[in-house]
Amino acid sequence: MKAGYSLAGKWFMNGDNACAEGALAAGCRFFAGYPITPATEVAEHMAERMPQVEGIFIQMEDEISSVAAILGAAWGGYKSMTATSGPGFSLMMENYGLGIMTETPTVIVDVMRGGPSTGLPTLVGQADVMQARWGTHGDVQAIALAPNSPQECFDMTVRAFNLSERFRTPVLVLSDESVGHMTELVTIPPAGEIELVPRRVPTVPPDKYRPYAVGADLVPEMPRAGQGYRIITTGLTHDERGYPVLTPEVQERLVSRLSEKITRYKDEIIELEGFQLDDAAIAVVAYGISSRPAKRAVKLARAKGAKVGMLRLKTLWPFPEDAIRDLSKRVRAFIVPEVNMGQVSLEVERAACGRSQVRHLGCSGRIHKPEEILKAIEEVRG
Amino acid sequence: MSPDPDAAQAVPGGEAEQSEMVQEKDAPTTYPRYDWLRPGRMPHIWCSGCGLGSITSYFIEGVKKSGIPRDQVAVVSGIGCTGRVAGYLNIDSFHTTHGRAIPFATGLSLVRPEMRVAVISGDGDLFAIGGNHLIHAARRNLDLVVICVNNFNYGMTGGQLGPTTPMHARSTTSPYGNYEHPFNLSHMAYAAGATYVARWTTLHASQLINTISEAIKRYGFSFIEVLAPCPTGYGRPNKIGSGLEEMKFYKDKSVVMHNIEPSEAVLDIHDRIVVGKFVDIEKPTYYRTMKEGVSRAKKVV
Repeated sequence: MKAGYSLAGKWFMNGDNACAEGALAAGCRFFAGYPITPATEVAEHMAERMPQVEGIFIQMEDEISSVAAILGAAWGGYKSMTATSGPGFSLMMENYGLGIMTETPTVIVDVMRGGPSTGLPTLVGQADVMQARWGTHGDVQAIALAPNSPQECFDMTVRAFNLSERFRTPVLVLSDESVGHMTELVTIPPAGEIELVPRRVPTVPPDKYRPYAVGADLVPEMPRAGQGYRIITTGLTHDERGYPVLTPEVQERLVSRLSEKITRYKDEIIELEGFQLDDAAIAVVAYGISSRPAKRAVKLARAKGAKVGMLRLKTLWPFPEDAIRDLSKRVRAFIVPEVNMGQVSLEVERAACGRSQVRHLGCSGRIHKPEEILKAIEEVRG
Repeated sequence: MSPDPDAAQAVPGGEAEQSEMVQEKDAPTTYPRYDWLRPGRMPHIWCSGCGLGSITSYFIEGVKKSGIPRDQVAVVSGIGCTGRVAGYLNIDSFHTTHGRAIPFATGLSLVRPEMRVAVISGDGDLFAIGGNHLIHAARRNLDLVVICVNNFNYGMTGGQLGPTTPMHARSTTSPYGNYEHPFNLSHMAYAAGATYVARWTTLHASQLINTISEAIKRYGFSFIEVLAPCPTGYGRPNKIGSGLEEMKFYKDKSVVMHNIEPSEAVLDIHDRIVVGKFVDIEKPTYYRTMKEGVSRAKKVV
């Protein structure tokens, strides 16, 4: 289906506002959030814009309630979103897990800043990548997208909504302070050119409805409240009827399906961007804001004759391990610049499995200078 | 002992036993509201003498009495013994996380203003871990009916002290007697902004049915406190006796007082328990103030 509305045109817009506009174009009509630097602009923009599109904005009392509210709104049949940064993201983890367990489509934007704890409210970080994957308790599969520009904040937020409906799960947008506060040209297509994935609603009448029965793609259909389907949801381990059944067998069946409904379709989820990789002996693996100085560094190195390219991870979770594995068979080394002490680099090491050298290039509270990445390339090149 | 209030204890009828030993059954067809309970969900996990079965029945009767169609009513619960009410009712029901039933219900209620959303949860869920959400939902005068089952302890985890445990009462985490001052829930809900506040015990059956029926029909934040026996977690360690004796204990100390200042709604289980409908006032709801508040926004669709 096509979008019903978008702020079509060319705009000079920051990443946070572009996230909000992406959500509105995707049909999000419920936003619950709590002020937090550097994600506050998302909430501020939603406070202004939601009433214009007959949507609902509510500023909640904290981030815990913000996630709970967007889950409730999703069960009311709405597309919903919240936005936060590190400390709030930590608070959201339990109800993010409820969203996974109850298979509730919704979108959580994390505009990453420096941590741990209060850390650097106004400065960039990329250290929530592992939290996005492992932050909620239990066995889960996360879907997380990493924009590197305001344009991608728009595009990827639309995509996040589509993935959340396609897989009936909360989807994370891992933006960062630099991307969120950066102002650039954002082109918003007319609504008729934006493709949306509609919610898969029950095709059977209420008396035939089995809440967590699935077909071949493992994703159940989702009614909304008030339609007579007598919805039953629980964060407890449950069977196809939605009834709590606390046995190892039901746990294994449920958790395996929740995992497999995503892992089986990882190629549909994962988006990558290769840059000068064809003949590369060294691959820079970068995402989010770090991919921008990295690209510049690759260009500088190429000018000096280095056979180096870049693989940009537009999707962080599920991790594109197949792409890294394939590359590891033909590149000598990976360089992973990220604004943390080593997170995606660990995944690259895992996928490269010793076939290539993996060099993490960390920094804190700032983005890399292209020259720093260039220096690492030259050191690896020898 | 696990601090997670949903961790099953090996108490008779507790879920640790239920999953292994008990065959799923429908409610007996002799139960007058048989069709309001989900098929195959009986027996419930609650202990003999617990007040929750009665409260579930009163809720069903209250909704029926209100005349509101069943499929326009949703129930949201948190975690704990009371948190299990939602899943037994054959109605749109949401069993959420510990303390977060109210914000979940907030999202649901705001996008479905035509529905009546009830939160049924316990005193620990709503006033300890979820206390912040309760006071803000009351402040906003959201369209919610909150039924708080107050049994003076954490029952599901086996009888720990909670925000309502009376001074000196014994629990597994106050083995020498509780030395914390308890909340007066009805007073607190009112102070935070609730526009309808009532308190009854589980023996006040007809009063509770009327109160639930009235609350579910009205708009704004309604708070109903129900004092419920918990013979396993509270009655036994405090030598109150069986569930029935605990019910009678509360009933005998009850004094009915309507329309009083909620600060005077005393709850002293050793002296007197003031019950009744304390507050029923009109105040614009969040939904209304929101719609009016954003009416100046220029519509683009």
